[in-house]
Amino acid sequence: MREVRMDGPYRPAALGASAQGLLGRPVDRYDGAAKVSGTAGYAFEGAPEGTLYGHVVGAEIGAGRVLSVDVAAAEAMPGVVAVIHDDPRMPSGEANSEHAPKVGPADRIHHYGQPIAIVVAESQEAARAAAGAVRIDYAPSEGRFDSRAAEVEHDHKLGFLPTIRRGDLDAALAEAEVVFDERYATPVHFPAALEPHATIAWWDGDRLTVRASLQIVGAARTAIAVALDMPEAKVRVLAPYVGGGFGGKTGVGPETILAAIAARRTGRPVKIALPRRQIAYLGHHRTDTVQRLRIGCNRDGRISAIAHEGVAAQKEDRTFLEPIPFGTLPLYAGKVRHFATSLVRVDLPGTGAVRAPGEAIGTFAIECAMDELAERLGLDPIELRRRNEPETDPLSGKPFSTRRLLDCYDEGARRFGWDRRAATPGSVREGEWLIGAGMAASLRGNFTVKSEARVTLDADGRAVIETDMTDIGTGTYTILAQVAGEMLGLGVDRIDVRLGDSEMPPSAGSGGSFGAGSSASAVALACEDILAELARRMNAAPEELSLKDGVVTAGGRSTPLADLVRGKPIVASGRMGPGKESKATSQASHGAHFCEVAVNGVTGEVRVRRMLGVFDVGRVLNEKTARSQIVGGVIWGIAYALSEDGVVDVRSGRFVNPDFGEYHVAVNADVPQIECHFIEEVDDHANPAGAKAVGELGISGAGAAVANAVYNATGVRVRDFPITLDKLLPGLPPV
Amino acid sequence: MQFTINGQVHEADVDIRTSLLDLAREHLGLTGSKKGCDHGQCGACTMIVNGRRINSCLTLAVMHQDDDIVTIEGLGGPDALNPLQRAFVTHDAFQCGYCTPGQICSATAMIEEARMGWPSHVSERLDGDVILDNDEISERMSGNICRCAAYPNIVDAIREVAEAGA
Repeated sequence: MREVRMDGPYRPAALGASAQGLLGRPVDRYDGAAKVSGTAGYAFEGAPEGTLYGHVVGAEIGAGRVLSVDVAAAEAMPGVVAVIHDDPRMPSGEANSEHAPKVGPADRIHHYGQPIAIVVAESQEAARAAAGAVRIDYAPSEGRFDSRAAEVEHDHKLGFLPTIRRGDLDAALAEAEVVFDERYATPVHFPAALEPHATIAWWDGDRLTVRASLQIVGAARTAIAVALDMPEAKVRVLAPYVGGGFGGKTGVGPETILAAIAARRTGRPVKIALPRRQIAYLGHHRTDTVQRLRIGCNRDGRISAIAHEGVAAQKEDRTFLEPIPFGTLPLYAGKVRHFATSLVRVDLPGTGAVRAPGEAIGTFAIECAMDELAERLGLDPIELRRRNEPETDPLSGKPFSTRRLLDCYDEGARRFGWDRRAATPGSVREGEWLIGAGMAASLRGNFTVKSEARVTLDADGRAVIETDMTDIGTGTYTILAQVAGEMLGLGVDRIDVRLGDSEMPPSAGSGGSFGAGSSASAVALACEDILAELARRMNAAPEELSLKDGVVTAGGRSTPLADLVRGKPIVASGRMGPGKESKATSQASHGAHFCEVAVNGVTGEVRVRRMLGVFDVGRVLNEKTARSQIVGGVIWGIAYALSEDGVVDVRSGRFVNPDFGEYHVAVNADVPQIECHFIEEVDDHANPAGAKAVGELGISGAGAAVANAVYNATGVRVRDFPITLDKLLPGLPPV
Repeated sequence: MQFTINGQVHEADVDIRTSLLDLAREHLGLTGSKKGCDHGQCGACTMIVNGRRINSCLTLAVMHQDDDIVTIEGLGGPDALNPLQRAFVTHDAFQCGYCTPGQICSATAMIEEARMGWPSHVSERLDGDVILDNDEISERMSGNICRCAAYPNIVDAIREVAEAGA
């Protein structure tokens, strides 16, 4: 086991020295052929023989109590095997590794759709029909369904980001030559991965196997064991392919616990795939927010004080809180700094992590504010940002590990043709279309999470990588093969990657954009151990080795890798974790978004014509998959700016639009071609792979760039997102 | 009942409530077609029935006894990808892969629609040849949601194949 804690900068020598030339290359996805041929097996696929179907019966009120549950009619229906509502471990909501869900029998209703019963039947159709025949009597009560009407708690202990009050804000704003003070609002967002939350559960004696759609296999195993009150060692979790996560699959949904309970009760495997509308109630969503952004500066735009405060919602028993100002913390200079997220308690399904918690919605406030402030000061928006680019972290004073934000502005502006932008809003017309351009900074904090991997070099000279890491579309299979291929001198076709099985070495999992850097580092460390053993067998020092296409060369001697293994596989493990360096440096990925929009002067329709971004993500492990992740995030930003809008019916606590028909994620016709460029600087402070966060960087700031472009096109500043036609129309200039 | 899928005849005793999608996935082991919404909103279940792309979640299996049904499994296996499947890989036209079989089935039928001169919402003219440029492809593929948002790459992959076959 080679173990490295990031107590100082670390770069495996062989990561840059190999002759293979694989790392960073735009290699096609390892799992590409499986995915385009429909043979990749997701959670609901490959069930054992005789598997039953489960359907979850949810509460039809948003607050109150259950008086009685009558299952007689449902049980009598053809094909029904069991209707379960009395197991003491019945979950009322999502679990995670820290918290088992509140259990029942659920006589108290915490939110609409809360699981009350599960119907198990021989067919999907029978289970669904019988679910409709379960009769539940309720005693409804008043619920807190309107997050904007609920009482705001400033003093709470929720979330990982504490309130920060550095300096006297009132005094600083009173002294400032220019004071900016505006409020912004963002709606509920659903993660809406295309693959529904789904589970197959089966028992072998007292051992449980769960195949589910999950981002973090190890945490899921812990959560399932806690929820079912059983030893972790007797739970196996499988997630070889995951049809998107976006934060929504970081926990364990109640359907997984219910499937396990039902499989135990019936003695047969049980599978459940949540219907689309039910996902919104049994999973989590991103809170709506209201945000206030205050900036004090002098007439040159030098910021003296910055305050980013907001309000986020959460249900009673959950401890997560959207860290609204997280991305603003290290973004701009300014001595006085206040950051806070206040809480409103609501009787709605839980809020949780959705792609880039904090930055995805916080950047709407800070990056629109900077655009507005630049105009008030008569400055170019990039120039205002340049004047406030800090040399060290403006909050902690720590050095940045790597920060190429100014380069991102410069290269982005040059590639986009920013100098051709008309600074006066509403001044460019093409027929009935108003044309505008906007930009925004992008920032996503970089996290390092403990991760382990095992690499086996087998008798044929092939390498096998094993870790419980997941690939949720991020490209994990591919980048891990590239790291090992680079270091061991093997093509991707000589490498097997096995992921998503809790029996394999525990990894960071997919979340917080920490997966690639953390898991790739574990693989790199394991490969260092293999190289040391190969060197010993070659009677050479590890740094003398050169490996390419399955041949090891040292001191003028070349030997096929397979001969060196000599029928005795080399097995090595690597483990990487955060350390002193992780705390001593301020780490984030950065970028700059540029956007051109056309707004119809008659209808208010917004068309995004061009988007271009330049990004600083440390080492690019695969230019193709990294680009795809950034582009995907940028498109989320477009949809957040213009269409995604989860609506709560504040009378009932129901979601009005929890499906693809009414909650408008971007479709193909909403999206232009998008340019993504990287400024690559390997970050040895971040992790041995030198890679920083990618998956959540693209969304951070992208929507603000769209909003700023819409303002530049029309002169209408919308601060209540999304920017829909009704909000633009009243302010559009005369046609 | 008998169903002809990918040229093979399958026997199945199905519930009258079973959708064509669930017939394939739950009864015949053809799990390549995906269920994203079960309401015809996402396109992940797209199959080609008698040459036309349909949402297989919105139609009952019992209505398709004599139809010619093609699913992703009928287009090419992992070791024998067809040109469109290969283009999806080289252009990285997917990430999680869940919408991908539907995208590919949809695009396969869509290219044929264009060849037959069917206009779309963005076509300049209602008659004459259709040139599958970016706008046409985007418009015609907007019934297939990709939450990973690989849209620009999906357009590139389809355009390459459409142009090669034109």
